[in-house]
Amino acid sequence: MGFPILTVLALVPLVGALLVMIARDNGARVVGLVSSLAAFGLAVVLVVMYEPEAGMQFTEQVTWIEQIGLHYALGVDGIGLTMVVLTAILVPVVLIASWDDADYGETGRWTSKSFFALVLVLQSFAFFVFTATDVLLFYLFFEATLIPMYFLIGGFGGVKRSAAAMKFLLFSLAGGLVMLVSVVGLYGVSAQAGAPSYLLSDLAALNLDGTTGRWLFVGFMIAFAIKAPMVPAHTWLPDAAEESTPGGAALLVGVLDKIGTFGMLRFCLGLFPEASTWATPVVLVLALISVIYGGLAAIGSKDLYRLIAFTSISHFGFIVMGIFAFTSQSMAGSVLYMFNHGLSTTALFLVIGYMVARRGSRQVRAFGGVQKVAPILAGLTLFAGLSSLALPGLAPFVSEFWVISGTFSRYPVIGAIAVLGVVLAAIYILLMYQRTMTGPVSDEVADFEDLSGREKGALIPLVVLILVLGFFPKPALDVINPAVSTTMQQVGVVDPVAPNGQEQP
Amino acid sequence: MTQEIAVLMEISAPTLDYRLLAPVLIVFGAAVVGVVVEALVPRAARRLTQVVVAFAALVAAMVMVGVNASAGTRIVEAVGSIAVDGPTLFLWGALILLTGLSLLVFLDRDVDDSPFTPSAASVPGGVTEQEAQEAGHAHTEVFPLTLFALSGMLVFPAANDLLTLFVALEVLSLPLYVLSGLARRRRLLSQESSLKYFLLGAMSSGFFLYGITLLYGYSGTFDYAGIAEAVLNPTQPAGLLIAGLGLLGMGLLFKVGAVPFHSWTPDVYVGAPTPVTGFMAACTKIAAVGALLRVLYVALGAARWDWQPALAVVAVLTMVVGAIMAVTQTDVKRILAYSSIVHAGFILTAIVGAHQLGSGAQAGAVTSIEAVLFYLAVYGASTIAAFALLTMVRDRGVEANNVSDWAGLAKKSPRVAAAFAFLLLSFAGIPLTSGFIGKWVVFAAAWGGGYAWLVIVAVLVSVVTAVFYFGIIVSMFFGEPAETSEVVEPSIPTLLAVAIGIAVTFVAGVVPGPLLELAAKAGEFVR
Repeated sequence: MGFPILTVLALVPLVGALLVMIARDNGARVVGLVSSLAAFGLAVVLVVMYEPEAGMQFTEQVTWIEQIGLHYALGVDGIGLTMVVLTAILVPVVLIASWDDADYGETGRWTSKSFFALVLVLQSFAFFVFTATDVLLFYLFFEATLIPMYFLIGGFGGVKRSAAAMKFLLFSLAGGLVMLVSVVGLYGVSAQAGAPSYLLSDLAALNLDGTTGRWLFVGFMIAFAIKAPMVPAHTWLPDAAEESTPGGAALLVGVLDKIGTFGMLRFCLGLFPEASTWATPVVLVLALISVIYGGLAAIGSKDLYRLIAFTSISHFGFIVMGIFAFTSQSMAGSVLYMFNHGLSTTALFLVIGYMVARRGSRQVRAFGGVQKVAPILAGLTLFAGLSSLALPGLAPFVSEFWVISGTFSRYPVIGAIAVLGVVLAAIYILLMYQRTMTGPVSDEVADFEDLSGREKGALIPLVVLILVLGFFPKPALDVINPAVSTTMQQVGVVDPVAPNGQEQP
Repeated sequence: MTQEIAVLMEISAPTLDYRLLAPVLIVFGAAVVGVVVEALVPRAARRLTQVVVAFAALVAAMVMVGVNASAGTRIVEAVGSIAVDGPTLFLWGALILLTGLSLLVFLDRDVDDSPFTPSAASVPGGVTEQEAQEAGHAHTEVFPLTLFALSGMLVFPAANDLLTLFVALEVLSLPLYVLSGLARRRRLLSQESSLKYFLLGAMSSGFFLYGITLLYGYSGTFDYAGIAEAVLNPTQPAGLLIAGLGLLGMGLLFKVGAVPFHSWTPDVYVGAPTPVTGFMAACTKIAAVGALLRVLYVALGAARWDWQPALAVVAVLTMVVGAIMAVTQTDVKRILAYSSIVHAGFILTAIVGAHQLGSGAQAGAVTSIEAVLFYLAVYGASTIAAFALLTMVRDRGVEANNVSDWAGLAKKSPRVAAAFAFLLLSFAGIPLTSGFIGKWVVFAAAWGGGYAWLVIVAVLVSVVTAVFYFGIIVSMFFGEPAETSEVVEPSIPTLLAVAIGIAVTFVAGVVPGPLLELAAKAGEFVR
């Protein structure tokens, strides 16, 4: 075991959070930003050193609590690395964009200092979640991420923030505890088989097929479906996003919810291949419902943050669909989708957040003609929106196309219906743009200032990445594809063969 | 104790291994010394003397526990009436240390003149009480009373025959009845709680005795091993066994605070002086659960097919009723009381599982005894700290326990709010706290014993408990500061108790290995 880079990566933001708490008012934010940039730098190092074909890498393994089989075991494969990089990119962006968010708005809110500290704690826990290769270790941090997020919503959000924070917490905790039953059950199975261990590699060696495996799978799946969120366990997300700050909401949807789909790939498919294929019909139908329902609800939303939350539910439907379609194309598409969705939704949340902060209202009808007074704001909104609806040439297009075409090759009917989601996306984004940006300039909007340097600066990395990955997704796919084919092997499925005997791409 | 039996057979002086029994004898002796101190030492020096005697006794007893533990003796001592084995030593250690922790909170004279009334015997609000208050009196009998209770608690889980068990029950209960009635503020409430506890306790003792009688009728002996033998080779109808088991179980579950024998818990917890509540919530629970474990596993282990389903029902009731009642409460102290009922339910799930080496557990897997021991120790430490924090939030001298009084506490005292929130997170079972590991081990034991459905119920209840734990956190952190209450700076010992409780909660949550190891080493009961 060489240099424990993953541990260092995860601890940097945590130490940063402590320093933020110690530092004085203005220094605190700089310290916070610097530590998140340091984490980003480490993530870059990780990417450079990563070898796509070598499977799980940078592994660390120490027995933590022997009696219950818990190991401090970290490692990344292509999927984990993608999520780590996404987290490392989004946090500094969100911090810059939220530079003085916390000091505006409602009275009785917490200070920027605590916002920065909480975001960094969240980042640290998220790193642990995405790199854990021990089920119980994953669970520990899966639950622990709730606490900073809970305070990020409850401490900084809108008027009904504490109710929203509570709803978020109870949904997530309910999911987490259902998962705990399965986690305890895994211990039971593993203890029965000999030495109890939660290591993924040890658990994968167990035969978890049959009824027990299916029940355990259901426990994990419920937790991840709540987290992701999938219809019908999605109701907490619009409320939480609505009452959150734009930065908090971006992290919630961009990073935290990804734990759900990441968990499905890593744990549901990895540990319970038989049960995963068994559950496929139900999961696919729910995913399809998420795609359509999320789109429809977004069209009907009067609140901008709610609208973005519903678009995410639709997007998560696509991701889950791609995972459970079990083709290498759709699965790789899903992983890439998780990354791209993080970029585009964060951009959308932040730019809409800028606009909302200027107007003091989240209602769609409170705006009109913004593009005449603040063209850059409007332009970036359009860009983020088009990225969210997967316009060709922008990153999400690649992933969405892969998900749909991959799904189509195995489940043509479901793939065909899912295309409706793309149409709905065009409607909700363009309708939103039309209502807020075009038309006569409404009075309250007339004195809007356009984006400041800091506000633009926060968005630039996202815009660049969306463009680059839109035209040249190969580097990302090179990392993702080998990991996906490993997962396919674990599940024991191969790509469907087309009727004429040729394998689909 | 066992003399009655001895008389029937043959009178011979029992040989006692005083070293093994030393912890009990030291604590009991110190309690007696404490009574003498009350009589002989002048009032001004009494408090200090009592404190010194009490802590010296605890230290000495703890040292003897350590000596015995390292000697590794596991035998039935004192003519078969006390079993000194791994679980006993673990529980003794936990009881002595946690009693010490509670006594630190007893010492506080900064948040109030004293947690205890100046004159318990006088009419509340009367002239004599007024005079005693002005003279600056405070009952120092609480120290010997606590030590008496502790000596009963030490014997309770170690008792190896039913008569010793009964005597221990009374020795631990009577001082607690008195202690509950000694609150300085809200005297009537305190006296009511004391009376209620006494009456219900006396009634449960009646059932308890009746159960002992029936079991004696069934087996012809009070001895656990003898009863176990009789269960395997019955000579009497099984009805006697079932009825005796049920009645004895009622008495024990009353002390544990399990539904439907829980109704005293909220009232007594609220009425008693808060430091005493912490002591009861931690130590009484340890002693009672320990005794329940030994009776069920040693004496009635072979009858577990009979008691497991019944106890499973009790566990479900305890968790569900405790959690639902807690949600409806508005008083923090009462919420903690119901929360302690819920936790008793969680502990019961592991007991129901009866996942032991002899009954299907693999070597190295978490057993029921190990899980319960760990849970009791860490829950006790967190509880004492939580009740100690309760004493600090006050409204004109009186503890302000309403949730509305705790609103916005984070703005008044971030330290108190953060500490309390951390303990609540532990109670809610959030990872990286001892509460999570505790829950994990009891659930693993229950699952291993084939009670997966009970684990599912427990988990659903955990979600409900999150509602009230996080309700308090929401109020403390996001609410507007209440004008009615203030945070009073306590004395050093109280702060120490809180710090230790929180440290245990954190350390046992992050590196529970050593404590789990200790609990695992305690192993099985000696038979």
